[in-house]
Amino acid sequence: MSRAEQTAPTPEQNSPAIDPGYPFAFMDEGAKREIRRALLKAVAIPGYQVPYGSREMPIARGWGTGGLQITLALILPEDVLKVIDQGCDGSVNAVNIKKFVAKVAGVTVTTDTREATLIQTRHRIPEERMTSNQILVLQVPYPEALREVEPSENETRRMHAEADYTRMWLHLYEDIVRYGEITISYRYPVTVAGRYITDPSPIPRWDVPKLHMADTLFLFGAGREKRIYAIPPHTEVIPLEFEDHPFRTEDFTGKRCARCGSDHSFLDEVIDDHSGARRYFCSDTGYCDKRRAGWNR
Amino acid sequence: MGYVAVKGGTEAIEEACRLFAYQRIKGDSAPLEVAQIREQLYLAVDKAMGEGGLYAPDLAALALKQAAGDSLEASFMLRAFRATRQRLGTSLATDTSGMRIIRRISSAFKDIPGGQMLGATSDYTLRLLDFSLLADDEMRREAFRERIFRHLPSDLDIPRTFPKVIDILRREGLLAELPPRPAEDSPIPDLTRQPLVFPAPRAAKLQALARGETGGMLTLAYSSMRGYGDIHPTLGELRVGYLPLLIRHPISGETCRVGEVKVTEAEVLARMDGEGGMPRFSLGYGLCFGQNEIKAIAMAILDRSTRAAVPESPAENEEFVLYHIDGIEAMGFCNHWKLPHYVDFLSDLDRLRKSQELARNGRQREADHEQG
Repeated sequence: MSRAEQTAPTPEQNSPAIDPGYPFAFMDEGAKREIRRALLKAVAIPGYQVPYGSREMPIARGWGTGGLQITLALILPEDVLKVIDQGCDGSVNAVNIKKFVAKVAGVTVTTDTREATLIQTRHRIPEERMTSNQILVLQVPYPEALREVEPSENETRRMHAEADYTRMWLHLYEDIVRYGEITISYRYPVTVAGRYITDPSPIPRWDVPKLHMADTLFLFGAGREKRIYAIPPHTEVIPLEFEDHPFRTEDFTGKRCARCGSDHSFLDEVIDDHSGARRYFCSDTGYCDKRRAGWNR
Repeated sequence: MGYVAVKGGTEAIEEACRLFAYQRIKGDSAPLEVAQIREQLYLAVDKAMGEGGLYAPDLAALALKQAAGDSLEASFMLRAFRATRQRLGTSLATDTSGMRIIRRISSAFKDIPGGQMLGATSDYTLRLLDFSLLADDEMRREAFRERIFRHLPSDLDIPRTFPKVIDILRREGLLAELPPRPAEDSPIPDLTRQPLVFPAPRAAKLQALARGETGGMLTLAYSSMRGYGDIHPTLGELRVGYLPLLIRHPISGETCRVGEVKVTEAEVLARMDGEGGMPRFSLGYGLCFGQNEIKAIAMAILDRSTRAAVPESPAENEEFVLYHIDGIEAMGFCNHWKLPHYVDFLSDLDRLRKSQELARNGRQREADHEQG
């Protein structure tokens, strides 16, 4: 049985009950207002990382506290919430976050991308194109795309301020010299609105084109690193590439989902048995379920 | 009150020790039983056993009681006790695929042969204080046990062994090959008997890491994964379970099982290693006593990061890592600054006063020169 298919523990069983004395959406109003201000600034300067006073959440740092704070700062009682982890609605961490938010904000939850008004995600963008009435909140472990080439935060902020991206380009060039192609797999750096090089969060390369000229607002929250940034709708998002070494998404040629037959979605590789045989399944389980239910008849 | 050099120091020291022991028992609460610590604070026990380098749950619980919960002191006492024991022999190498598993996950694949087994973990709990625990009692516990066991089938078929995720990757040539297996009777360096030398043999390095202090290892591993380093780890597999302790019978020469040891094992895959022209995943390995997942993962990351050909950050420098992760050495040295340094300091003062005098004289000469 996979983790994804496990019945997730209910907070009632494995965690203390949430005291009814907590405010709506758990965080105090001052904190929510601060986060909303950071979000407004982030939308006004696409791709720029806005520092903010990240609060402690009852889940551990690195488990989606940045995304969670954005979700809690934005959520309204009438919202419909979807939470996914690596594309999956049933993954334990996603279920945990979803139950927590549903409980403290009293909102309806769904697994249907189209039905949701607010989606919090880790490492995927849903397969179905999202609309202008929806917001996608992405959990971010490393907000700094330049971290690969420069460990110091002081220095990377200077590089961004001066748009000094030489070392990043050089890094890609050296990759090509060494391996014959750019070896960045996920977390593929992009240029947002022609200005900032931005980390799209660890989504696969497959999802990067979905950020370009989208109808949806993408909000990025890095709780541990205390940064918020945004890609507003209808914004140019270009992955870093060279003319002779274009950006390429993951190759699933000849493979299809063993469950719904999809040949056009991002696939998870599953080791089937002790012999090590492989099967493939849609990573976006909500999409897969929908296709199984005869969605595209 | 002077504490060594002044007369009466011995008495003051004895009273300070007595006061420390009194501090633990001065309240009205019932005495803490060693069994309570072993059962109810088992993660603290596991940590002390790992850092102390001695697998002895009862003694670790006792050490924690005596140290009033200070984990460094507790592991220190265990290690000091260990030093008094004779080394009777060396256990046989054990294949961890035969581990009696209580928890096993992979974050590399959604589904793995044998399945993901979450086991007992706080990973998915909400970190809210549980005020209902303030009124913990036998009835509450009984009710909780009843809820858990009521629906449990009695005939669960649990596999005896689980295949290793990394073996599958290795079969496909995606993972660097294993180094040749050393002969069974080839000597293994013993860090408790021999000093660490550099470059450290891998066996010595893994021993040092296995006895390292969780917090120190976490700090270095975190620096590496956060940006001061180039390791992007994927957790191929994390296991917690019991390994059989096998020895060769001293007379018959046959393999016999003399017990089992609870361990945490982490296998971390790190991206591309261009050696020999063939890019592959390389493996970082972590194993420690008890259930201490942070330590096992940090160990695996440090095992991998310290293999950098040219170290560019602290976590990639084998010497830096191995010399600074030992909690018992580090805490002892940090604490030693509380010892009298009267003599050294006096010598320091002498030099400083002399330098100040020279500086003053120099300035005076300059002033005289300007006026003259």
